Amino acid sequence: MTDMTVKCAAGEVRTDTAERVAKGLKRRYAAERRFRTYGLIAVCTALSFLAILLISIVGKGYTAFQQTKLQLEVHFDESVIAPDGTTDAAELAKADYNGIVKASLRRTFPEVKSRRDKRALYGIVSGGAGYEIYKMILEDPSLIGQTKKVWLSASADIDVLMKGQIDRSSPETERRVKDNEIAWVDRLAAQGAIEKPFNTALFTAGDSREPEQAGIWGAVVGSFFTLIVTLAISFPLGVMAAVYLEEFAPRNKLTDLIEVNINNLAAVPSIVFGLLGLAVFLNFFGLPRSAPLVGGMVLSLMTLPTIIIASRAALKAVPPSIREAALGIGASKMQMVTDHVLPMAMPGMLTGTIIGMAQALGETAPLLMIGMVAFIVDIPGGPLDPATVLPVQVYLWADSPERAFVERTSAAIMVLLGFLVCMNLIAILLRKKFERRWQCPKHSRPRSKPVRYSRPATRQTRR
Amino acid sequence: MYYGDKQALFGVDLDIRKQKVTSLIGPSGCGKSTFLRCINRMNDVVDGCRVDGRIHLDGRDIYDRKIDVVQLRALVGMVFQKPNPFPKSIYDNVAYGPRLHGLAATKDETDEIVESSLIRAGLWTEVKDRLAEPGTGLSGGQQQRLCIARAIAVSPEVILMDEPCSALDPIATARIEELIDELRRNFTIVIVTHSMQQAARVSQRTAFFHLGSIVEVGDTEGIFTNPREQRTQDYITGRFG
Repeated sequence: MTDMTVKCAAGEVRTDTAERVAKGLKRRYAAERRFRTYGLIAVCTALSFLAILLISIVGKGYTAFQQTKLQLEVHFDESVIAPDGTTDAAELAKADYNGIVKASLRRTFPEVKSRRDKRALYGIVSGGAGYEIYKMILEDPSLIGQTKKVWLSASADIDVLMKGQIDRSSPETERRVKDNEIAWVDRLAAQGAIEKPFNTALFTAGDSREPEQAGIWGAVVGSFFTLIVTLAISFPLGVMAAVYLEEFAPRNKLTDLIEVNINNLAAVPSIVFGLLGLAVFLNFFGLPRSAPLVGGMVLSLMTLPTIIIASRAALKAVPPSIREAALGIGASKMQMVTDHVLPMAMPGMLTGTIIGMAQALGETAPLLMIGMVAFIVDIPGGPLDPATVLPVQVYLWADSPERAFVERTSAAIMVLLGFLVCMNLIAILLRKKFERRWQCPKHSRPRSKPVRYSRPATRQTRR
Repeated sequence: MYYGDKQALFGVDLDIRKQKVTSLIGPSGCGKSTFLRCINRMNDVVDGCRVDGRIHLDGRDIYDRKIDVVQLRALVGMVFQKPNPFPKSIYDNVAYGPRLHGLAATKDETDEIVESSLIRAGLWTEVKDRLAEPGTGLSGGQQQRLCIARAIAVSPEVILMDEPCSALDPIATARIEELIDELRRNFTIVIVTHSMQQAARVSQRTAFFHLGSIVEVGDTEGIFTNPREQRTQDYITGRFG
């Protein structure tokens, strides 16, 4: 091939090949830039959707962390609470605490006379205010007979009003909160008797019909028990199944079939597992309905394929040189697996398990099928008590027509997301920690010690 | 010896002398490593591997059905081409074998075995104050010596070495060759090597392998100065390999 030299205007000397390459270069670089731009656009779009989601959830939910409280002067009338001077809790529970609250309201607003107005007045305090007074008495029985200013929860409507979610300028017939109620509340506010402290009830109370008394604690405890059962069943079974399939099972058609089936099970819709749980665990075995035990068993069926697949990948990643070294020194196959392969694969297995648990935490459909969708007020005491889980609680509250539940639904979603982020962070930290430990041990030495030997010529310690 | 249907070794008949170093030389793919791995039955873990024939250790055929492979590997240790210490501490690396086979009952006995193995492997002075550090943190030559210490900790009768110095620099190689010379006093050693100079330096008996069978066996001096077979002569003078 003859070289044709072409002199350009700038005085450069170029050959034929170089010129052709130069022409194509512009096109190639343009294509690369375009590709990078598409990638960047895709990432930005995804991030913006995520941001929209998070902002809308947080925006709707952050107000739920405050609960409006009214300060009223309450007379702990002993003739109502303890007419015969008893301090027994069971006896005290029977007193008419709501009457005490109503009496206090009447004293604060003496101008309210008609029955309808009085009913409206009683409605600005939460229906559970009487129970709050009862708890105060239990904590400090010396209150009986005294008159004190105490803080009581406002009703959901007033709570929503104080958070600015009701439009005051709209006509009265379109509002839930009437003008006279607004006037009373404004008067209390002017006296400094309305505050919005942190809503501890959200985190300590179980579910309730009254939004201002409702909390997620029951759901959190239910989720906790369910996850414990899931972990206890799926982790040992998954790890042992993976070890058997990877190390000991013969390679034939049967094991290939098993592997295909396990991979398929990981993709089965979760509600199918719920139906299985309903048919087998509840109908056939007769286990208690809505119990975290059954929920945990159903969820462990769901996470088992995930754990098996992650564990197998971790086992495959153990280098054959370690296995040979162990066999060469006289370890039996079982000893090689338990003493060397399993410890080295454990970080990967743990990561897969934590990710599986995080998935299980967010599952709703299979648990609906086994009845964990009921309205449960008490905090469950153990895995056999009826309970609900956090995502189901979100579903129940989202279904509720009350305005005050809207912000609480978002708050519960925030708590759930927080748990999931934490669990994934733990998985990432564990993985980093174990990777560093057995791959590059030099980095874990304290820097103050002098290096005693030169770095190896061959990078044998790194993968 | 067969991998599936393919025969890899043809009629190998070799005596390995006690407390001497026997080296197996030959071009790549001639079956030396395969034969070496037959001696401690490491080929059992390869799928489709089949051995016809007998190997006698202490008068017993190791391919007999009644032989326990685990016990065999305690008597016949192996050092691999690429150093492969366990991802445990140096102490645990050496102590693993004795603990496994029950050779050390108390911590003191274990300490003693670890110390003597590391001394004999020529590694003690370098690691004696950092026994708790991971074995994978040593240099290549030190790792290989650690693997040798690990192998001798169980007091085997035979040590098999599969190209132990091929991944090491010349200085580390020289140290290991010195080590082999010292170990020869207590152990029978079979070493596979690509380097004829190493075979000449280190071994007393040499076997030349070619295409799965032994071409010539004899004293190292004799093989390298006056080989009987033409193929041996060709290989030694570098005409192929």
